[in-house]
Amino acid sequence: MEYTPSELMIVSASRALEGSRVVFVGVGLPNIACNLARRSHSPGLELVYESGIFGAHPARLPLSIGDPTLVSDATSAVGMADLFMMYLQGGLVDTALLGGAQIDHFGNLNTTVIGDYLTPKVRLPGSGGACEIAINARQTFMIMRLKRRAFVEKLDFLTSPGHLDGSNSRQRLGLGGDGPKLVITDRALFEFDSKSAEMTLTELAPGESVETVQAEVGWKLNVSPQLGSMIPPSQEEMRIIRDELDTEGLYR
Amino acid sequence: MNKNKLCSMKEAVDEFVADGDVVAIEGFTAFIGFAAAHEIVRQGKKDLTLCRLTPDLIYDQMVAAGVAAKLVFSYLGNPGVGSLHCIRRAVEKGIPRAIEIEEYSHFGMVGRYLAGASNLPFFPLRSYVGSDLPQVNERIQFVDSPYGDGPIAVVPPLRPDVSIIHAQRADVNGNTHLWGLLGVQKEAAFAAQKVVVVVEQIVDENVIRRDPNRTLIPGLIVDAVVEEPYGAHPSYVQGYYDRDNAFYLEWDRISRDSGKTQTWLEEWIYNVPDRRSYLSKLGQERLRDLEPGELIAEPVNYGRYA
Repeated sequence: MEYTPSELMIVSASRALEGSRVVFVGVGLPNIACNLARRSHSPGLELVYESGIFGAHPARLPLSIGDPTLVSDATSAVGMADLFMMYLQGGLVDTALLGGAQIDHFGNLNTTVIGDYLTPKVRLPGSGGACEIAINARQTFMIMRLKRRAFVEKLDFLTSPGHLDGSNSRQRLGLGGDGPKLVITDRALFEFDSKSAEMTLTELAPGESVETVQAEVGWKLNVSPQLGSMIPPSQEEMRIIRDELDTEGLYR
Repeated sequence: MNKNKLCSMKEAVDEFVADGDVVAIEGFTAFIGFAAAHEIVRQGKKDLTLCRLTPDLIYDQMVAAGVAAKLVFSYLGNPGVGSLHCIRRAVEKGIPRAIEIEEYSHFGMVGRYLAGASNLPFFPLRSYVGSDLPQVNERIQFVDSPYGDGPIAVVPPLRPDVSIIHAQRADVNGNTHLWGLLGVQKEAAFAAQKVVVVVEQIVDENVIRRDPNRTLIPGLIVDAVVEEPYGAHPSYVQGYYDRDNAFYLEWDRISRDSGKTQTWLEEWIYNVPDRRSYLSKLGQERLRDLEPGELIAEPVNYGRYA
C-alpha cells in the first residue's frame, strides 16, 4: 500500500490513542488523527473540542475545531467556560494531541512568535487553549513534521509547558498532568526519558537513519537502545484517510 | 413600559458603539457578527479596543479598515486555513496603523469574561505556569491560595463597553435563543455595559417562553435587537447556514496583499449600504449552497403546572 510520510504520521498518532478514553483534539493534524482513531480501533473514543464539544461524532472531517458538524450528533455541546473549567481543569481529559511551530528537547511548545515578541519575524496564532491543555491533560502527544526549524535547541517563546527544565519540573511546579509522552513526526517517533524527561528517539520511519533524523534536530539526540521502526499504515487505515477523512488530499 | 429595542443595524451601531470603546463581538467560529462589523467600518468608528478569543476574519477586516487601536485575544488565526494577514501586517509593520496587542490563552479570556460578568476582582485558573505569556502580559498574575495550595494564575475582569452577539432568534425585548456552539456569548453579554443582539429571526415572546432552557441571554441585559438574516456570513449559524469556506480560503489570498484588501473593503463594505445589499450582491445561489440538511431534535415536555 502506497502512503506518504504525512499519512504515516497521522496513522502513528491515531494508533497511539489506543487505550485513551477521552482525547482533547487540536486544530489541523491532531483533528484528522483523532477522527481516524475513532473510525478505526477506538469507536468509543470521546473527542473533546475546545469550542465546547464533548463526544463529537462528526459526519465529515471538521474544517476547523468549530465546525457545525461537531455539534450535530455530539453527546454534549457546552459553553467554553464549562469545557475548560469542568472537563479540562476537572481532570477528565486522558490525552491531548497538540501541534506547534517549535518544540525543544523537553517537549515545550512555541505557537506564539518566531523572533522577538514585540518585533516578531513571524507572528504565529498564539496559545488558543494549548497552554492550559498542556498543563491539565493527563498526558500530551505532539504531532508535527520533523524539520530543523521546528526542533530547536531553544524556543523563541514558550507558549505551552512540556517538561519545562526536565526531570521533575512539572511536579515541582504542581502542574496537573504528566506532560508530553510522545512526539509523532513524519520521519521518526520520540518518547521522553522517565528520569531526565529528555526527548529520546525510539522509532524510525522506513528509509530513515539516526543520522538523517539528527540532521533535522537542533540538539544532540538521545537514541533509545531499543530503536524500532514505525509500522506502515494498513489498507483499512489508508482507506479511511483517503476515502472518508481527507478526500481532497490536504494532508498528503 | 418596555422601550422598543428593535432597530436597524445602522441605528444600533450609531447609538451603542462609540469611538474609543472596548468592543466584544463574540462567537467561537460560529455566529460571528460580520454584519455588525461591516457597519462599524462604514460608520468610520475610531480607536476601538477589539476583544475576541479568535479575532478571525472579522477583526482582520476591521483592523485592515483602521478602526482598531488595540486587540485583546487568545488565538490569532484563520481557523482551519492559516494566518490573519491584515492583523500580522498591523502588528509587524504598522499597516494601515500600528495596533497594541494584549494576549491571553482561551481559558484566560473565558475567565476574564466570567469575572466581568460575575463582578469578581479576578478569575483564578490552572494555566500559565512555566509559560512565557505572563512575561509579555503583566495583567496575568499569580496569587497564593489562602487555603494553602500554592500559587495560582489569575486574570482581571473584562467589561466591554458593548458586546454584540449573533444568535438564531430573539423576541423584541431581546430574550435570545441560541443553540450550537455556545462559546463565550453568555459571559461576554453579562460582562458588558451595553448589549446588542443580532438574530436571524424575530419571534413571538411565546416561542421563547415555551423553551426557557434555550434562552442564553435575557432581555434584561439587552439594549438593542437587530433582525439581520445571514448577518454572520461568511461564518455560520447552526441549523441555518454552513460556513462559506470558499470565502475563508479566498480571504487568505486577498488579505496577503494590502492593495487587494482595500479593494475588497471598498467593494464589499464601503460601497454596500447594508447587509441586504451585501446579500443580493452575493447572490441567492451561493446562499442556497450553504443550506444544511435537516436534523430535528426530539421535542421535550416542560409540563403545565397550572
